[in-house]
Amino acid sequence: MTAHIRWTERIDDCLMKRPSLPHWLAAAVARTAGRLSRLLGRGGGTTLPGLLLNRLRPQATEEMARAVPNGVILLSGTNGKTTTARLVRAALDESGARVVANTAGSNLERGVATALLNTPEPDIALFEVDEAALPTLVQQTHPRVVVLMNLFRDQLDRYGELEHLAQKWRSVVADLDPDTILVYNADDPGVAEIGAEHPNSVAYGIEDPHLGRETLPHAADNTNCRRCDSPLHYQMITIGHLGQWACPACGLIRPQPDLIASNVEFEGMDGQQIAMSTASGPIDVSLRLPGLPNAYNAVAAVATAIAVGITPTTISAALAERGAAFGRAEHINVGTRRVTTLLAKNPAGANENIRMVLNETHPLHLLLLLNDRTADGQDVSWIWDVDYELLLEGDRLKSLTLGGTRAHDLALRFRYAVGGTTDFSVRPEPAASFETAMAACGAGGRVYVLPTYTAMLDFRRVLADRGLVPEFWEDE
Amino acid sequence: MSESRPTVRLGHLYPDHLNIYADRGNIAVFRRRLEWRGLALEVVETGLGDEIPADCNLYYLGGGQDRDQLLVAEDLVGKVAPLRQAADGGAVVLAVCGGYQLMGHSYVTADGKKMRGTSLLDLETAASHDRLIGDVVLSVNLDGHTNTVVGYENHAGRTRLGPGCTPFGRVDKGHGNNGQDGFEGALSGRRIGTYLHGPLLPKNPWLADILLRWALDHAGAAVELEPLDDTLEQAAHATAAARAGLKR
Repeated sequence: MTAHIRWTERIDDCLMKRPSLPHWLAAAVARTAGRLSRLLGRGGGTTLPGLLLNRLRPQATEEMARAVPNGVILLSGTNGKTTTARLVRAALDESGARVVANTAGSNLERGVATALLNTPEPDIALFEVDEAALPTLVQQTHPRVVVLMNLFRDQLDRYGELEHLAQKWRSVVADLDPDTILVYNADDPGVAEIGAEHPNSVAYGIEDPHLGRETLPHAADNTNCRRCDSPLHYQMITIGHLGQWACPACGLIRPQPDLIASNVEFEGMDGQQIAMSTASGPIDVSLRLPGLPNAYNAVAAVATAIAVGITPTTISAALAERGAAFGRAEHINVGTRRVTTLLAKNPAGANENIRMVLNETHPLHLLLLLNDRTADGQDVSWIWDVDYELLLEGDRLKSLTLGGTRAHDLALRFRYAVGGTTDFSVRPEPAASFETAMAACGAGGRVYVLPTYTAMLDFRRVLADRGLVPEFWEDE
Repeated sequence: MSESRPTVRLGHLYPDHLNIYADRGNIAVFRRRLEWRGLALEVVETGLGDEIPADCNLYYLGGGQDRDQLLVAEDLVGKVAPLRQAADGGAVVLAVCGGYQLMGHSYVTADGKKMRGTSLLDLETAASHDRLIGDVVLSVNLDGHTNTVVGYENHAGRTRLGPGCTPFGRVDKGHGNNGQDGFEGALSGRRIGTYLHGPLLPKNPWLADILLRWALDHAGAAVELEPLDDTLEQAAHATAAARAGLKR
């Protein structure tokens, strides 16, 4: 009988002109291709095997995901995916589970397929997922937990408009298996409105009153009510359009979170202490990551870890040990200088990085790097929505170096900025921008590097060429 | 506010709703390029429910998401008279992306909803399910001179011009109004509509200065715009043109 079914499937495949190799063969071909790619120095092999596997056997991801005994966690949002996944991973590792994860940041279908292919017999799967790839991956992996973190204005060239993405997420949630646990950010009105529809959900948020801001930043999205289009009222604003929101017109209100960060104490670039209250009691987290975005990442990670049954004690212990994700608030020593990289590829992320940098007491030497490759966003107009003006207030900025393939676009951003008499050096080429920023900083100083994604990779390559950091795929 | 300096009065329409493609960059360019020459910019921001001032020399409408654009369209159509009056009197209108679509007679969304426009330009737009996205290079002729204009486009709308206006530019690289006829934007007198953001003006100082010259003329200020050092602007312009695949 089984043989018969298999035969009909094959015939179906042929009729639909979808070639499908047996799993063992497709997997072997894909793995070999990954090894070859690495041997030939063509990169870390984090996507190619999965890409090939999905071509050779389209149902491969679904088959491999179904075989993971404790299920699949999918985590998506504009900002903080990689760091949050890293924190959840720490908790899963600490609990003794064998985890399959796409920790190298390859968060499309092929990255997920590659990770599954390369990890034999995992207990549980954890994938950070590109916002636009979420619908497909939910279908392919039948997740146990889906985490919806935030939706900010980002890479409009690739995703079309934010609204379309929200529509996609809305249908993902509508079609979700009722048993799937949905963890979502109650502070993001766009996400909360989608998340609250699901019967089996866990909301998280931040309620520390001393963190609030008075006004919405320039690049705030989703500031109108999703239901009636009236302007939302904020009792407290945290990041961008995130906060304690309510619609005075129709009464739509932020869902009461199940997990709340009630007190957040920052410790400069070194980290922060977060007190959280949960249904299973209080959790204190000592985090080695700075800034409010990471507070959100930590709350999301704790909510996710609790959803898969990890105890608060295990979670606290795990989070205290985990340092920065690759390129995100990472510190590297370059001789007597300390270099801190803060990745951002959209206005919300960049604005938070600027705030973090401004909280530093050291003289500010900045290296801003803007690339326009696919992973960065080919449309660089987003830099005009970043509040760089804050850097120019007072006399904080000691040197400014602008690099990356679109260094001249950054130059114009500062030339036309408010108070725009700023001195800066424009050095598109990665090594030149690095040398210039280091020279401007002087011995013993600190350089803050704010790159987009591929600019961060270029910067790492400059450091790797000088033996200061290992090649990136050795990091995982 | 030194009122002795020649001043351009700019009406910025719906800055809270039409701002998705970094429209504040265009405003900054107007401001700086006047200030660097000892002139001034005065900005009047007009939102939902506010009356549009009729006494501006220059009006700006930016781009918005469909949702915001719907809100704006409903609000704008009923109160457009002062804007039309100013434009008929020679005030400059620059409308980008969503703002450009609002300048036409109508806009039909992908799910068939029809929005009325302001009919300030003789054109119609219908959204398609796929978006036209990417770098653009245009050849634009204004005031008897032809120059290249660079930018980025990202629109689902397909715009068709009527006989009452001409295209703003010829497409050298990119999609343009509808991806078919090889033209981009619309021009009628001093009214310009275009899909190009990036934002448009920082990398196209030539265009910025023409708009300012027109606005100053409308303000009755007989001033020459001195040339500025546009080395950085030209470098960014060249990078964007090269990115679009046009070697220069």
